[in-house]
Amino acid sequence: MIKTVDLYKSFGDLQVLKGINEHVAPGEVVSIIGPSGGGKSTFLRCLNMLETPDSGSIFFEGVDITSEKVDIDLHRQKMGMVFQHFNVFPHLSVLENVTLAPTIVKKIGKNEAAEQAMELLNRVGLAEKANERATSLSGGQKQRLAIVRALAMEPDVMLFDEPTSALDPEMVGEVLEVIKGLVKTGMTSVIVTHEMGFAKEVSDRVVFIDGGIVAEEGTPDDIFNHPQNPRTKDFLSKVLY
Amino acid sequence: MFENIIMLLEKYWQVFLLEGLRYTIILSAIAVFFGVLLGAFIALGRMSSIKPFKFINVNKKKKGFIHWLANFNPVSWICSVYIEVIRGTPLLLQLYLFVFGLPKIIPIKADYFFWVSLALACNSAAYVSELFRSGIQAVDYGQTEAARSLGMNKAQTMLRVVMPQAIKNILPAVGNEFIAIVKETSMASTFFVGELMTSYLKVNGVEYLALEILIIVGVIYLALTFTLSKLVLAYERRLNSK
Ligand SMILES: Nc1ncnc2c1ncn2[C@@H]1O[C@H](COP(=O)(O)OP(=O)(O)OP(=O)(O)O)[C@@H](O)[C@H]1O
Ligand SMILES: [Mg+2]
Repeated sequence: MIKTVDLYKSFGDLQVLKGINEHVAPGEVVSIIGPSGGGKSTFLRCLNMLETPDSGSIFFEGVDITSEKVDIDLHRQKMGMVFQHFNVFPHLSVLENVTLAPTIVKKIGKNEAAEQAMELLNRVGLAEKANERATSLSGGQKQRLAIVRALAMEPDVMLFDEPTSALDPEMVGEVLEVIKGLVKTGMTSVIVTHEMGFAKEVSDRVVFIDGGIVAEEGTPDDIFNHPQNPRTKDFLSKVLY
Repeated sequence: MFENIIMLLEKYWQVFLLEGLRYTIILSAIAVFFGVLLGAFIALGRMSSIKPFKFINVNKKKKGFIHWLANFNPVSWICSVYIEVIRGTPLLLQLYLFVFGLPKIIPIKADYFFWVSLALACNSAAYVSELFRSGIQAVDYGQTEAARSLGMNKAQTMLRVVMPQAIKNILPAVGNEFIAIVKETSMASTFFVGELMTSYLKVNGVEYLALEILIIVGVIYLALTFTLSKLVLAYERRLNSK
């Protein structure tokens, strides 16, 4: 579904990605772990071209979206993204946060969009907040709203960038539950996370990114129970348990 | 002195209020209205990412002249130059330029009032565009990223996500710009266009009571700017209470 070929990215003189070759299959759940500054977010943000790679290609559903001839907005509709800091739209109500993109991008009718939005909001327990301002929500609620906002575009893949890192500890659970539920429905997902237990539980594959390269990857069992690379071992010994 | 002021008010209140105050308000309103329109375009131009020479940088080199040219945005450049020129030269010079200079190259028949209005609007546009730019840049970039990640294009993102949030920062600033313009219209009296300082010149030409007339005119300016700043404050307070 998503394939990256020799992805390089630098910010000024700082080389952040140094040749990443990855392939996310349909229905697959991939967790990305690794030390801070290793390039996890940059890699994830390249996948929907929020960052433009210096070189290399990204194939999404067979199309090289790094090509300048591609209408990236069209492909982004099919890739939902959830950010660390939620980025809900503060000037809109909860419901409007969800319906904005479907109505103006997909040109779906207001009523239909609202109906669909209410269904989604209901799924994450936010239905009764529909008419409140997005700013009045708690962090956990905001992140659930952000997930629903992305789902409303009916994406083929979801990208999560540390969806729980900015949350108070007591709210982490509710957001992880929503993601787990989503993953169970077969949603292809790429999740950058520091929640190792969560990664272990939901992932089909875990990718360890360090120093701008994929230092190691494998099943959760491979990575968490039998890591081969000394850097993986070192990282896990610091974050785990 | 007090009797003189009463006398002047009785005799010339129409000149001060119906002419002076009216023209000051009209001039300021025109300047701010077109300043905001033009300023919005300049701000958008300045922040645009039009790169007509991008195609030459096929090998994505990161340094040197080719890289510079590939990233060169002529629209943004022109807008920046415009802002620098307007902000870096005196308003009075700009007024002279518009009143005496421009009619020589733009062959339209118009009175001083037209050219003065145009000058004030063009001047205001430069300042307003910077207000727009900082108001827009004050909106968290995460908002843009969230909108773009949903498939919204640049225009939709700007119109539906960024602008509604930016306008809250911009409106009070535009109100303050309006207050500044009210005072700056006084320079238009150089061309006798009828605003408050022109009233002073007119009345003083007959009565020779500079101090008293200046007090009257000053109080009118003050009443106007004071009212406006109270309005801006009330608006800001309403925003903050939301
Ligand atoms: N827009 C940017 N401009 C300049 N440098 C950047 C930018 N974005 C990221 N970087 C730098 O690139 C490096 C990799 O950043 P990235 O955010 O991808 O790391 P990460 O693995 O996600 O780390 P973390 O776990 O802290 O989120 C860091 O050194 C960071 O400072
Ligand atoms: Mg990160």
